[in-house]
Amino acid sequence: MEQLRTIGRELAMGSQGGWGQSKEFLDLVKSIGEARSKAEEDRIIARELEHLKRRLADPDVPRRKMKELLLRLVYAEMLGHDASFGHIHAVKMTHDESLPLKRTGYLAVALFLDERHDLVILVVNTIQKDLRSDNYLVVCAALTAACRLIGEEAIPAVLPQVVELLAHPKEAVRKKAVMALHRFYQRSSSSVSHLVSNFRKRLCDNDPGVMGATLCPLYDLILEEPNSYKDLVVSFVNILKQVVERRLPTSYDYHQIPAPFIQIKLLKILAVLGSGDKQASGHMYTVLGDIFRKGDTASNIGNAILYECICCISSIFPNPKMLEAAAETTSKFLKSDSHNLKYMGIDALGRLIKINPDIAEEHQLAVIDCLEDPDDTLKRKTFELLYKMTKSTNVEVIVDRMIEYMINITDHHYKTEIASRCVELAEQFAPSNQWFIQTMNKVFEHAGDLVNIRVAHNLMRLIAEGFGEEDEGADSQLRSSAVDSYLRIVGEPKLPSSFLQIICWVLGEYGTADGKYSASYIIGKLCDVAEAHLTDDTVKAYAISAIFKIFAFEIALGRKIDLLPECQTLVDELSASHSTDLQQRAYELQALLGLDKNAVESVMPADASCEDIEVDRNLSFLNSYVQQALENGASPYIPESERSGVISVGSYRSQEQQETSSHTLRFEAYEMPKPSLPLATSQTSMSTPTTDLVPVTEPGYYKEDHQTSKSQPPGDAVSGEFGVKLRLDGVQKKWGRPTYSSSTPSSLASSQQTTNGASHSDGGGSSSQPRESSYGSKRQQGTEVSAEKQRLAASLFGSAAAKADRKAQASRKTAKDSPSTEKVATTNVTAQPVKEQVIPAAPPPDLLDLGDEPVSSNPPSADPFSQLEGLLGPASAAPVLSGTPATSTSKAPDLMSIFSGDVPTGVASGSTDPTLGDVNSTSSHKGATAVASKKGPSLQDALQKDATARQVGVTPTGNNPNLFKDLLG
Amino acid sequence: MAKERRSVESLSDLWRAGAEQAHREVEDDGVEQQRSKQAGRDDEMTIRFVLFVNKQGQTRLAQYYEHLSLDERRALEGEIVRKCLARTDQQCSFVEHRNYKVVYRRYASLFFLVGVDNDENELAILEFIHLFVETMDRHFGNVCELDIMFHLEKVHFMLEEMVMNGCIVETSKQNILAPIQLMEKTS
Repeated sequence: MEQLRTIGRELAMGSQGGWGQSKEFLDLVKSIGEARSKAEEDRIIARELEHLKRRLADPDVPRRKMKELLLRLVYAEMLGHDASFGHIHAVKMTHDESLPLKRTGYLAVALFLDERHDLVILVVNTIQKDLRSDNYLVVCAALTAACRLIGEEAIPAVLPQVVELLAHPKEAVRKKAVMALHRFYQRSSSSVSHLVSNFRKRLCDNDPGVMGATLCPLYDLILEEPNSYKDLVVSFVNILKQVVERRLPTSYDYHQIPAPFIQIKLLKILAVLGSGDKQASGHMYTVLGDIFRKGDTASNIGNAILYECICCISSIFPNPKMLEAAAETTSKFLKSDSHNLKYMGIDALGRLIKINPDIAEEHQLAVIDCLEDPDDTLKRKTFELLYKMTKSTNVEVIVDRMIEYMINITDHHYKTEIASRCVELAEQFAPSNQWFIQTMNKVFEHAGDLVNIRVAHNLMRLIAEGFGEEDEGADSQLRSSAVDSYLRIVGEPKLPSSFLQIICWVLGEYGTADGKYSASYIIGKLCDVAEAHLTDDTVKAYAISAIFKIFAFEIALGRKIDLLPECQTLVDELSASHSTDLQQRAYELQALLGLDKNAVESVMPADASCEDIEVDRNLSFLNSYVQQALENGASPYIPESERSGVISVGSYRSQEQQETSSHTLRFEAYEMPKPSLPLATSQTSMSTPTTDLVPVTEPGYYKEDHQTSKSQPPGDAVSGEFGVKLRLDGVQKKWGRPTYSSSTPSSLASSQQTTNGASHSDGGGSSSQPRESSYGSKRQQGTEVSAEKQRLAASLFGSAAAKADRKAQASRKTAKDSPSTEKVATTNVTAQPVKEQVIPAAPPPDLLDLGDEPVSSNPPSADPFSQLEGLLGPASAAPVLSGTPATSTSKAPDLMSIFSGDVPTGVASGSTDPTLGDVNSTSSHKGATAVASKKGPSLQDALQKDATARQVGVTPTGNNPNLFKDLLG
Repeated sequence: MAKERRSVESLSDLWRAGAEQAHREVEDDGVEQQRSKQAGRDDEMTIRFVLFVNKQGQTRLAQYYEHLSLDERRALEGEIVRKCLARTDQQCSFVEHRNYKVVYRRYASLFFLVGVDNDENELAILEFIHLFVETMDRHFGNVCELDIMFHLEKVHFMLEEMVMNGCIVETSKQNILAPIQLMEKTS
């Protein structure tokens, strides 16, 4: 039976006279359709391409055959194979006289080529010619092609004709001309800027199709400069009103909703025009209210309009009544079982809270349900909402959640986005430095390579600066906790490079500061880091510098320490490194070990990373040395710029100074003697440890990020370098130190819980328990779910409410707050089991909803668009095709016949039964009237066709029955 | 009419899942850059592509409204289909992918996917897909995957009538089909 159906179908496809589809084509499609794997498909196409190459080389291919070959090329490219050898044939086909061939040619060119492709220039001429055709369908084809293929340079070639066509008697042509002009505007707005008034004119076209299409360019124009189009507000409102009142031809109806896509476009336009404009918005309220009132919440399309309405209301000048209606609809979305509607609801809520943050409160539990939903799309959308509603009161909960979610994301694009959002929120709202550091650690641990390196520098700076001088104890506590956590984490494999840099730096600066860990222990750890990351020079540089610092601190304290063997290995290895930077650092370390206590102390003072380094740029302390040299007969220094022949080098150097980034090409070898001077200085500064001023030359200062700070004395190389590496300029210090200086996490949590009554009322857990731990146990305790959600809700929303309280009357609102959350708690408990039962809900009914077809497709030709009085002039748009209504009306009984035919026979599975009807369906191409009589299952017919099919030689296997499945069935 | 029970497809069905993955990830960055460049150019566009892909991951129709190279298309199609196939019917019909939002709908064995901008009305696009399918159904009569394969160019012509410059321009089935039917008559 299956096979029969297959044969019948294929035969029907193939046997149509005039369609020119050969057996070859059918076989190709069949084999692609039945291909079981990508590899098989690839083989088929590779063979096909060989074949096509041969065929296309033949100069005498008949035109119809050519069309088929071209479609086979389209198939090859669609399936991912290069068929560029055939592109020229597509271009050739656009010249064809026959419309189907010409259109196929244009289509293929548009599919194959980009407007910048060389071959496209050959098509421009054809488009020009076709725009002048007497056959309006040819003109339409040319305009469609113009939208795809006319690039910026070619616009003038066709522009006059396109403008002329805006007044063409055929509405289909006017519509396409509008869109072509729209395309030119997108490509190059200047080339058509004098023509935009045409769009205004076409808005009043008496054909609704042209009017609807004109909304697209107008929307773009209005987005660009809304103020120039304020005068159209009334017109748009009028059109919308008439659409809502069903004044458009019913052929625009979709599932009983009048022209929904035009409505949506109009709402988008109104949203832009009404934004921040009280007067313009005033015109819109009535029609928006109408749409809400008539809103159909049972269908997707009805909800799509309502959603667009909410967007519009949240964008225009706020109106309490409208907002109320919008909030009501939003809550319907959120309460819906459909995930699609929930998604729209979350988005709508995100828009509404911008105007009134209190709206979110009502939906706390719905939002948390969405947050915990396994559906990733919904979850993401909810995080977007949370991001929008983050405040200093709920930032901890939200960012913790985000990080928890971020850890498991595999998609780099999204992980980067959410990581940067975490950083942004933490920087903006961090309640305490401690929290900030912990949060950043988590972000770096899991997404360190995805966040901006600036953030890492910021974090190091924060640890170094601490809370400020007046609270030195807390600073050191902060640092030792950082050291503790880093020592714990440092052994883990696969830590991101930027995080390792932070770890190394902190361990170097503060690893031994509190005396908890011995220097050799820290050094051992640092050596491990350097060894574990052989390929990462930056990390190695950080590690060796950290070791350097620890040695310096130890020596300064007068303790004698030995170079551990692994450390010695590391130093030896780095001294021979290809990287001059690492070499330099290693040699500096070795040099340091030979210095005495005083020298080391001044070279590398403890905890001095925040101290300013004074730089004597003139190197004035060398004056006497220079003087002496001159007196001894040395030739005086001539600045580079005054020397002949080295100007280019000099200018390059100055350029180099501007760029802080590293260069792969290094020019050290050609440098003038300049660097040797400071090198000499370093010796001086070391031998005279009392000198406070440490000279650093300008270029070295800039370059040292990735290059050796050759010009610096070793001691300063480290502290100075971190002064630079922490690129502090432009990094705002956003967290407020003084306000929170006393807040340890526990006191913060408790203080917050006293402020919001909600978390007390649920009575779950001890109030002093930190929230983080309660999330951890969430999964195991199913029964406590609602209590957990309560708590989460309270921390997300309740605290927000509490904040609002402070602004209003505190006592009244807290009293109101607690009963409301209690109420929500109970509804949540009841909602839980209900939800579980409802899950296998039926898919949206409209999938099967063919029943409305006859209704919607029965355009009473007596219902002309002329009823759009007022704005649009009177005219009658008679249906273009008289045949269409006949076809569609005949369909309803036809569908019925399929059903009735199915039930008694009961062949095969129900899902494929309707395809019986398909056997003859393609005969509909022969003529609309034939369809009705021929449709329906006919076993005899199919058998006959089977026989003929086998005679013809097409022997389908029916390998892939899916091919025959009714899409709407 | 018995509704086909939709089941969660096992990912093993997908031929693209395996070896190509690594290759694609290498490409990702390049594609990304290219796309954001493109996005900058036609930022007014709402629909960026329309795809029909069956549940084996085989492309049945592809129309892009911005230029992507063959490799980029292949990669994009593979990634998106994998994402969509991994989802259940209860989950929402929208998937975020890079800087696109993909709205998809499944009919029998075929997925219809539309890639849109981030601020597009997803529900409306979902219904646009249905409108497209209804339009094809009206033309072909009980449209099936094979109809689309045999009449690829006609399906493209319908889409050309409905979407221009990435915007929905025509939603009346009658107007969409008129030029195609006229063309058939005259040829």
